[in-house]
Amino acid sequence: MSANGQAHTDFHATLRAVTRTYPGARPVHALGSIDLDIARGEFFSVVGPSGCGKSTLLDVLAGLSAPTTGRVSFEGKQVAGRVPEGVGVVFQEDASFPWLTVYDNVAFGLRRAGMDAAETARRVDYAVGFMGLRDFTHAYPAQLSGGMRQRVCIARTLVLQPRLILLDEPFGALDQQTRLLMGDELLRLWRETGASVLLITHALDEAAMLSDRVGVMSARPGVFIDLVTTGWARERDSRIVSDPGFGAITARLWSSLRTESMKAIGREA
Amino acid sequence: MSTSARAPGISRGTLILWTRTAVVAGLVLLLELLCRTQVIKPLTMIPPSAMAQEMVRLIAAGEISDDIVQTVSEVGAAFAVSVLAGFALGALAQALPRVRRAIDPLLASWYAVPFFVFYPLLVALFGLNALPLIAIGVVFATPAMMLSTIAGLDRVPGVLRKVARVHRMSPLREVMLVTLPSAAPHLFTGLKLSFAYAFIGVIAGEFILSGGGLGYGIAYAYESFENRKMYALMLLVLLVAIGVNGALHVWETRLARRRART
Amino acid sequence: MGDAPRPAPRTHVKKLGDSLLILALILAIWQGLYAYAGDVAISSPLNTFTFATGLLTHAPFWDHAAATLLAFAYALAISAAAGIALGLLLGLRRFAGDVAEPLLVSLYTIPKVTLYPVMLLVFGLGMSAKVAFGVIHGMIPVILFTLTAVKNIPPVLLRTARALQLRPLETATTVLAPAVMPEIITGLRVGFALTLLGVLIGEMFASQRGLGFLIINGINSHDVRMTTAVAVIVVVFAVFVNGAMLALDRRVHHARA
Repeated sequence: MSANGQAHTDFHATLRAVTRTYPGARPVHALGSIDLDIARGEFFSVVGPSGCGKSTLLDVLAGLSAPTTGRVSFEGKQVAGRVPEGVGVVFQEDASFPWLTVYDNVAFGLRRAGMDAAETARRVDYAVGFMGLRDFTHAYPAQLSGGMRQRVCIARTLVLQPRLILLDEPFGALDQQTRLLMGDELLRLWRETGASVLLITHALDEAAMLSDRVGVMSARPGVFIDLVTTGWARERDSRIVSDPGFGAITARLWSSLRTESMKAIGREA
Repeated sequence: MSTSARAPGISRGTLILWTRTAVVAGLVLLLELLCRTQVIKPLTMIPPSAMAQEMVRLIAAGEISDDIVQTVSEVGAAFAVSVLAGFALGALAQALPRVRRAIDPLLASWYAVPFFVFYPLLVALFGLNALPLIAIGVVFATPAMMLSTIAGLDRVPGVLRKVARVHRMSPLREVMLVTLPSAAPHLFTGLKLSFAYAFIGVIAGEFILSGGGLGYGIAYAYESFENRKMYALMLLVLLVAIGVNGALHVWETRLARRRART
Repeated sequence: MGDAPRPAPRTHVKKLGDSLLILALILAIWQGLYAYAGDVAISSPLNTFTFATGLLTHAPFWDHAAATLLAFAYALAISAAAGIALGLLLGLRRFAGDVAEPLLVSLYTIPKVTLYPVMLLVFGLGMSAKVAFGVIHGMIPVILFTLTAVKNIPPVLLRTARALQLRPLETATTVLAPAVMPEIITGLRVGFALTLLGVLIGEMFASQRGLGFLIINGINSHDVRMTTAVAVIVVVFAVFVNGAMLALDRRVHHARA
């Protein structure tokens, strides 16, 4: 292998010249061209104006939809048509199964994988405790708040010990205080599992606080117009919002994004 | 929702249930009284207690066993066929948008058609036996199941289908573990409606033109001025309909309660 | 409401094509049944059509149709007025509504045909029995739809009315009535179909007049053409009116969505 190839194996997930066009009478060019490398163990966030193709990017990387052109790979293997083993996804919408209790929701993937009951119980117990859901183990999602249901979905993903976690605006529907605390939990989860994370968000402060790197996307068709490295230590939490560096990063993100957001609003109006 | 003032120790649900029971009991009692005091003439209606008495006697003496067996098997057959056919056709229509658009006006006007006007024609076609009765039950009940199936499958959230793909499920697994449980409340409503329509279809068919069954029994008793038997049979039909529907309703609310999003 | 989105002309053509296709299918099945069972059971589509046109230009038929329509009009007026009033009342009185709703649903699901003898014994032969029979079929869905509509009015609308300091009458006419109108129209559509069904079944048993009587009389005198033709005329009428009400129904619902 060349030196170049060697460097590549360090990248956990890679997108090369990826575009996505939605076919139809008037085809919509939603995304790209995108080139992106996510390093093993990296926390990468994507911010961008509404409708810029952020979720399309996540779907393509997860294998939920195929790129129109270009190539997506995860751990050196091409992602084609289905979600690769080792990838977990948390969606923006409430994706908990309303007919299952919290316990059964979290155990869902383990049972599908044929894991024995004792090990399932141990892992579910840990995940439920980690997400602060212990008192609600046998409740149904209907009895929980929106934030708690989203924790159920995160726990359901977490028990499968994914090596790459994709999150599509997971805290979009939550209030600001809950978002900050959920952000802390996400950081803790990221540190303890050693997984790589790709977070789609529309909140600049969230991206600035959580990430190692932030990609800023343009209005449709979405391409990266800026990549910001935050330089935070791996040990960090929501208290860094008072760090002077935090303001500088948020300011840079906003200056990159402002024109694009105005374009998006102008187009919607 | 349940913050309104209420008696201590009694939940609003219990209070409603008791009130409902009291209302029904009161109405029955009122009817009993009106009949006993001859305000309602015995030729018009007999007291509810007499209806119940005669109903028990008829059942115990085995006089109406044949009719019961006939009606139950006809309703059962019509119900089973409607549920299976309605589910299959509904799933098919939901999967094929072109077919669905084409049959949409048909489904929308289905229950506007007074099918009983065709019943005599069905008898002429199939003969005076169980077949036209089952046929009218099926004609009545199938579209209800179809509509419920389509509604249920339409409302499976797209994000749950995505979760199925993240878990790398086969299509069959996805249907069994995600699609059907998610659509279950609507499918249950379909079952309930199908039963009601199959029951109405069969009993009404028997009543209009038939040689047996509970509906026929009522018509026959009426024509031969057997008021006691007629009212006993009516009570039986009423109790069966309300009993089965009530049981399904209780089961449904129990299932729905833990899933109701607030 | 006038500028609700209209489907493009192409979908109109497609819809018309679909309807024609279904009509052709029904005619084909009908012709098939005729071929299978013959003149003793059912008359052919063509025969029925000629006979029906003859009927429609024939005065005695219109006497029967008028009798049915009159009974139907009475029954529908009672079903609609009483149904909406009761539905509003039960919807606004939450407790009464919760007590009554399952009882109404039970009544909706019982085979009401079997109550026909009771109706006859109470009302005697003739117009009032027919009307009563139509009402017991048609009124319950109107109550249920109205009740649900009132119960489901978003509380924020009523709070807005209070914030705008509307008087009770203003609230009723400018907020409550428009909010429940779409559901009431749906209820009336269902009630319409069932009222017609009730009146027709009424006529089939104990009447010497009306379209239901013509059908049952056709059976008894082995006049298959008469039975088939009247049944078809009734169905065409029901489907046509339902279609018109459905169009209105969908338009009102669409304007909201």
